Parts: sequence; structure tokens; C-alpha cells
Amino acid sequence: MSLLTVEGLSKSFKGLRAVDDVSFEVEQGAILGIIGPNGAGKTTAFNLIAGAIKPDAGTVTLDGKDITGHPPHKIAAAGMARTFQLMRPFYSMDVLQNVTVAVLAGGASEKSARDQAAGIIERIGLSQWRDSPTEGLPTAALKRLELARALAIKPRVLLLDEVLAGLVPAEREPVLGLLEELRTQDGVTLVFVEHIMAAVMRLSDSVLVLNLGQVLTQGSPQEVTSDPRVIEAYLGEEPSA
Amino acid sequence: MTTTTQPAAATKALPKLPWSRHLLVTAVLAVVLIPLPMLLDPAAEAVAIRVLLFAIMSISWNIMSGFGGLFSFGHAAFFGIGAYSTAWLQVEKGVSPWIGMAVGVVIAALFALVMGVLALRYKLKGAYFALVTLAFAEMLRLWATNSDLVNRAVGYHVPLRPEESWWWMQFAPDSANYFFIALGLMILGLLVSILFLRSRAGQFALAARDDDEASAALGIPVVRYKVLTMMVSAALMATAGTLYLQYYLFIDPDLAFGSAMSIQAILPAVIGGVATIWGPVIGAVVLGPLTDITATLLRNPPPFLDFLAGRGGLDVVVYGILLVIIILVLPKGIYGALRDRWSRR
Repeated sequence: MSLLTVEGLSKSFKGLRAVDDVSFEVEQGAILGIIGPNGAGKTTAFNLIAGAIKPDAGTVTLDGKDITGHPPHKIAAAGMARTFQLMRPFYSMDVLQNVTVAVLAGGASEKSARDQAAGIIERIGLSQWRDSPTEGLPTAALKRLELARALAIKPRVLLLDEVLAGLVPAEREPVLGLLEELRTQDGVTLVFVEHIMAAVMRLSDSVLVLNLGQVLTQGSPQEVTSDPRVIEAYLGEEPSA
Repeated sequence: MTTTTQPAAATKALPKLPWSRHLLVTAVLAVVLIPLPMLLDPAAEAVAIRVLLFAIMSISWNIMSGFGGLFSFGHAAFFGIGAYSTAWLQVEKGVSPWIGMAVGVVIAALFALVMGVLALRYKLKGAYFALVTLAFAEMLRLWATNSDLVNRAVGYHVPLRPEESWWWMQFAPDSANYFFIALGLMILGLLVSILFLRSRAGQFALAARDDDEASAALGIPVVRYKVLTMMVSAALMATAGTLYLQYYLFIDPDLAFGSAMSIQAILPAVIGGVATIWGPVIGAVVLGPLTDITATLLRNPPPFLDFLAGRGGLDVVVYGILLVIIILVLPKGIYGALRDRWSRR
């Protein structure tokens, strides 16, 4: 059985069908990439799945449990974490405190939370910034902080919204390696929205293409990138990096 | 591990948390202040008690509005509940003010619960939230003014007792015991503030203040912790109401629930430093004596201020000017600015 099942998910904003009858399944430990042009409904779909907004129709099932329209904190507690496309650190806290709060939210004891947080920070490669305030951190560090906080609650499913955006290629590589490691070592199931095709090609077991709120197609990275409809809608006439 | 870590950074010890230092300062403060009444004349002691009262009120406001990020413009509601619970039980039912204080604490916390659930249910934020707190306080003021149950606009005088009594929290006007009770409540307020912030609940409240969506995405039930923060704040504010009643021996609806009381809870924190442990205390030390200094000045003005002789309200003018200066020059308050300077060294 799939760990995450989305069926017929729909949401309209003032008549605009932002997400229109979207369905997909993700197996335990799989990585699903979601691509699509700007405005295709990728972030809205994430918000619907994570409970930030309620869908008009459709269901979201996590490990056999219907979580459709549940409040975000319950969905997080059920094992689904997310990152935000625009980074949202707790501004009054330094990096360590940010992750410590997340570890506490994951249910850790007050005694061990800071040590656990420091461990996660080291693993994510944020040690250099551990004791820095979040104000003035470079984008690369803030993106990693998003990831560190999400991991701190030990999710089974991780929704990543453009976790590579704003990073220069040299900064992407370690994050990609980390995401692969999360799957192989921790068995975390990943669903990620990404514009950087090289990352999508490398990580995804399967790629879902959204266009105008609807599923255009789903398949292996190779299938999807050679599909003429995808090329037309998203990649442009001539697929070139 | 594909990421490169810096060996030096990896072994870096975790920074020390500030809590034990805050607790130590609180203990030192208590010990240092206990002998104070022996050094003060009665007039100065009255000022000291007012400073402590301001500090308790502002520590309370700071928990909800500084650390919780829920701007309260109606803290008088909780103050008044404390004062009126104590007065009503004492005058009408002959119950000790200590029990009245406990009852006031419980009712104020429940009132905050209702207020928080209603306001946050409708996702009110910023100025709208502040206006709702004001509306709740005004509602109580109007209710007290018009209700036979609590003596309408007349309010309550605490009946004078023939002898001093701890049970009735009543002493000779210049007794040091009022100071000790006020000091005890302020130390309690500081402890509540520090221990709450250190706790899981307090950390969640801070996270929810900083970003409620990001907090919820981590599994934090944001509304629950915001409401809890309001309840802790309200409970502390109610004790200030009891203290005020027992010291000044009088309460009426305008004093108890009026916006002047709400503002007195806000100002010390703003001047001392919002969302800092020590800001409200420092602000209270600055503001508490102002009324007396200005009153003295008005009674006996120096030659160049002759035109002020016999006028009232100078303290309010000075409050205003001070507030404008602080907000312009030290937007983080006195303590906030000092702390930034220390940590930059």
C-alpha cells in the first residue's frame, strides 16, 4: 500500500482552478518530483496536502489514515513535515534554538533536545552557523535550516518546496547528497517541487507534471522529459539546459 | 556524509543557556531588596511599592504581549478581575484576600481562555487583536459600573481592621509588610516569566509568535500555546489587582478596568524593553517615582517653571515625552539596548 495517496484533490480561488482533480501515490521510501511551469499549482497542492488550506474536494491519505483538511499541526504530528519555498525561520532565535524547538515539537525531552538539535545541525552541514542569529544568514544556510527543522520532527514523509532554489550549483550538490541519504539511510519518503531539472532527473523515481492545476502526465524522469506535451508546456520548444 | 563539516565547529561546545543566570539575578534581587524598608522613609516606601506594583503588572503584560506577541490593550480586565474578586469576597462574604487572590487568579485565567479562544478562533492579529482586548476590558468596566452585584460605580472600600493581620492582608499604612508582599509577588512574577520561557510550552509560544504557520508545520498546536500564554499572563496580572486593593484599600470600576491601568501595564515594558526578562522591572524603576517627582515639582516649582505651579497632569506629560524619546532613541527599550551593546562586544 502507498504511504501517501492523493485522490481527486481540487481547490479553486475565486473561480480559478488552482488545483484541479490531482491524484498520485507515493510508496514508502520513494522520491516523487513535481514539476510544472509557474502557477501550475505546485505550492497550492503542497498547502492542501499539508493542511495549510482546505481542499474543495478530494482526499489525502497518509499510511491508510484520512488526513484530508486536518489542521497542519495534526498532519505534522501524523508524520508529514514540509519546508517553505520562502524561508520562514523563527527570527528571534539563533539556528540552534530554531532546530531545538522543532526537536521539542517532535516530542523529544527538554533535556536531550539541544543535543539532538546540534546533531541534526551538524548532519545538515550548518555547524558553521549554529550559534548565529537567523537574521542575515545567506540563502543557502536558511534553506538548510528549513530542512533541518523539518527533519527534526522525524517525518515519514517530507514535502520539499524548492529547497534548491537560490542556491548556486556548488551549494546544491551537498543538499542533493543529503536528500539521497535521507531516503537510503532513514527511509524518508520525499515529495519535492523543483525547477532545477538536473536535480529532478537525479533524485526522482517518478516525476509528476502539473500544468494549469491538472496532472499533465506522470512517469519516470526519462519518460516525462521526452514527452512532447511536457516539453511544450514547461521545458520550452527545444529542451536545453 | 556528503556534506563537508568543519572539525573545529563540530566539537564546539553548546552555548550556555541564560536561564540559570536569570534565576540567580532574581535570587540576588530578592535578597538585596528585603532590607530596603529599613532604609526608606514612609514616602519613599510608598514609591517603592508602586514600583513593584508596576513591575508585576508589566511583567505580566510582557509575557502575553512581549513573549507571546499578542498585543494587549486591555490588561486592566485581568487586573480588575483580581481586585474585584478579592473585594467582593472580602466585603460581601468575609473571605480572606489571600483566598480572594487565588479565586481572582483562576477567574482571570478562565477569562483569558475565553478571550483567547474567541479572538484566535477568528484569526485576529495585530491592531484587531489589541482592540478586542480593549473591548473585553471595557465590557467588564461597564458591567461593573451597572451591576448591583458589585456595588455599581461606587466600588468597594476594604473595611478597616482594628489590628494588623496577615490573614486579612492589612497593616499600618507605613508597614513594611506591604513592601514584602509586593516584593514576593514581583519575584514570583519573574520566576513565572523565566520558568515559562524555559519550558517546552514557552519555547512553543515564542516559535508561534515568530511564525505561526511554520510552527504549525512542525506539529505545534499554535492556538493552544497562545491561549496558554494569555492565561499565565492573566493569572499574574490578577495578583496585582489584589495587591492594589489591599494597599490602597479602595477600588472602583474606572480604576480597576479603565484603560489607564492597561497603559500602566504596557509602559514599563516598552520603556525597559519588550520581550526581555528585565525590561519591565527596569521600566518600572524609571516610571514608578515619576509621579512623585512631578508632583513635588508642581507643588514647589523652581523659578523657571513658575508657570507650572498648582497644575496637575505633569506626570502624564512627562510619561508621554519619555515614551516618545525611548521609542525614537532606544526602540528596544533600555535593557534591550544595553543587552545589544554587551553582546556586540
